[in-house]
Amino acid sequence: MHIVVCMKQVLDLEKIRIKPDTHEPVLEGVPVCLGDFEKNALEQAVRIKESLDDVTVTVVSVGSPKLNKTIMEALAIGADEAVILVDPHVNGSDAMGSAIVLANVIQKIGDCDLILLGEGSTDEYSGQVPSRLAEILDLPQVTYARELEVLDHRIRAVRDLEDMLESVEVELPALVSVTQEINQPRLPPLTAILKAGKKPLHVWSLEDINASAEEVGTDAAVCEELSNLAPAKPRKEMIFDEDIDSSVNQALEALEQEGVLDL
Amino acid sequence: MSGVLVYSEQPPLTLQNLTFASSLGYPAAAAVLGPQGESWSEQYFNHGAQRVYCMDDPSLSGLQTDIVSEALCQIADHAEAEIVLISSTLRGREVAGRLAQKLHVGCITDAAKLRAEEGQWIATRYSLGGKTLSEQVLNSGRKVIAVNPNTFQAEPLASGVKGDVVEVAPRAAVSPVRIIEQKPKPDTGINIESAEVIVCIGRGLESEDDLSMIQEFADIVGGVVACTRPISHDRHWLPEERMVGISGKKISPSLYFGIGVSGQIQQMAAVLDAKVIVAINNDRNAPIFQNADYGIVGDLYQVIPDLIEKLSR
Repeated sequence: MHIVVCMKQVLDLEKIRIKPDTHEPVLEGVPVCLGDFEKNALEQAVRIKESLDDVTVTVVSVGSPKLNKTIMEALAIGADEAVILVDPHVNGSDAMGSAIVLANVIQKIGDCDLILLGEGSTDEYSGQVPSRLAEILDLPQVTYARELEVLDHRIRAVRDLEDMLESVEVELPALVSVTQEINQPRLPPLTAILKAGKKPLHVWSLEDINASAEEVGTDAAVCEELSNLAPAKPRKEMIFDEDIDSSVNQALEALEQEGVLDL
Repeated sequence: MSGVLVYSEQPPLTLQNLTFASSLGYPAAAAVLGPQGESWSEQYFNHGAQRVYCMDDPSLSGLQTDIVSEALCQIADHAEAEIVLISSTLRGREVAGRLAQKLHVGCITDAAKLRAEEGQWIATRYSLGGKTLSEQVLNSGRKVIAVNPNTFQAEPLASGVKGDVVEVAPRAAVSPVRIIEQKPKPDTGINIESAEVIVCIGRGLESEDDLSMIQEFADIVGGVVACTRPISHDRHWLPEERMVGISGKKISPSLYFGIGVSGQIQQMAAVLDAKVIVAINNDRNAPIFQNADYGIVGDLYQVIPDLIEKLSR
């Protein structure tokens, strides 16, 4: 059985500063990492691998050259190999472009029984890629899975919806997106981190998947961002850091003036 | 092609989006899948739909995404809709992505705001994990936009409109995804999404027994106790419906207390719409203080009893 896990390289969001005068986010120099939800997807794939015979896990990602380093964490967590598509043109891709690139990569890898993704990305959380990818690959999709087990060439999953838990079954091949509730991703031990560099890492370009920048890159993006700014009305940030008695008094006075304390 | 097709698996949400679409003067239509069709048509007309497209078939009963998106694709073609407006529920946002790919067009999910300017539909959604608000437009000929529930208020038109009901025959096959069981989540009668005051606890709370102190404080300020992910999912001190976070519930109270909450981005992104944020934390460097209106630096085990005492006077 072959599991492909799609992971996104995202900015370390906690490290993004906002320019106080223009409200613009400062993105230059912010380190990158693998997205949180995708780590749950990878963890689940590795658990399936550990519980069944003959399972291989390939992790797939698309992004900047930094991926060469970022993807090592996935190999350390337990993926057998990685395929990364590194191309300057894909940085401006929208959800449709990203899904087309991922689909082409997966089709080139071939023979894939189960595709796992996070329910959304940590940065944009639009949740479009799982649906779009399933459509392009003509696969059944099971999203928001908080439980997932593989049974004799089919899977059973429990979907976490607003008002219900929905148990479903589907034959493989299928595409599944997972929620953070599905597991607690492991922190790889040092030995695994050291071994990650020895695992196969395939670096592809758009040419390798017969895709062009015009088709999937910035120019093809139909979703245009007009602006991206921190909310104009910042919080007051009045922090009372004195002895508890006077801090509490000052805070209560402020809340009374706000008119939000209805006692 | 200029019309708007409105769909949600929850008809009351369709009424909200119909109200918005028709207020812009766009020819609006609604899609209804499944047996509930006829019973909602009148309401849809009253909220501005000129046409209601109904599709009923046993294959639609499970609302599987492949089937629903195929049905909407068929109806959108039939209606010559330029914009498909969907409610961004969990099912809705998922359908939006698959439908957009079928149509090979752009899509925006989780729009918190939506407005039309000179023929352009401009959506606002959270970006960068909730640090920023991104204004986006779609430049594809057709567009799929999923708007958060309750973004617009449903209002019936002053004068009733009588439109057409159009039955569309389904071409979708049976979904390969089989539904084994649908288990409703327990209704605890407490909805943190609609609460006016939220008292949210985080990892700073040391013991489950201390919940009684938090509850006492919440009772005094008329609030509902909510929590961050570690409290509900790792320690299981509160049910999951009480979790506030980007993967949990998003809240918009007038007053939010974060008690022993560090204020990581996944947590604060769900609290952005709170009117006033109060942080109580013993770590002056906790990120929550940068996202708070008022902060009290101090041990919650001293601050909360002091608050209780002063507020009880």
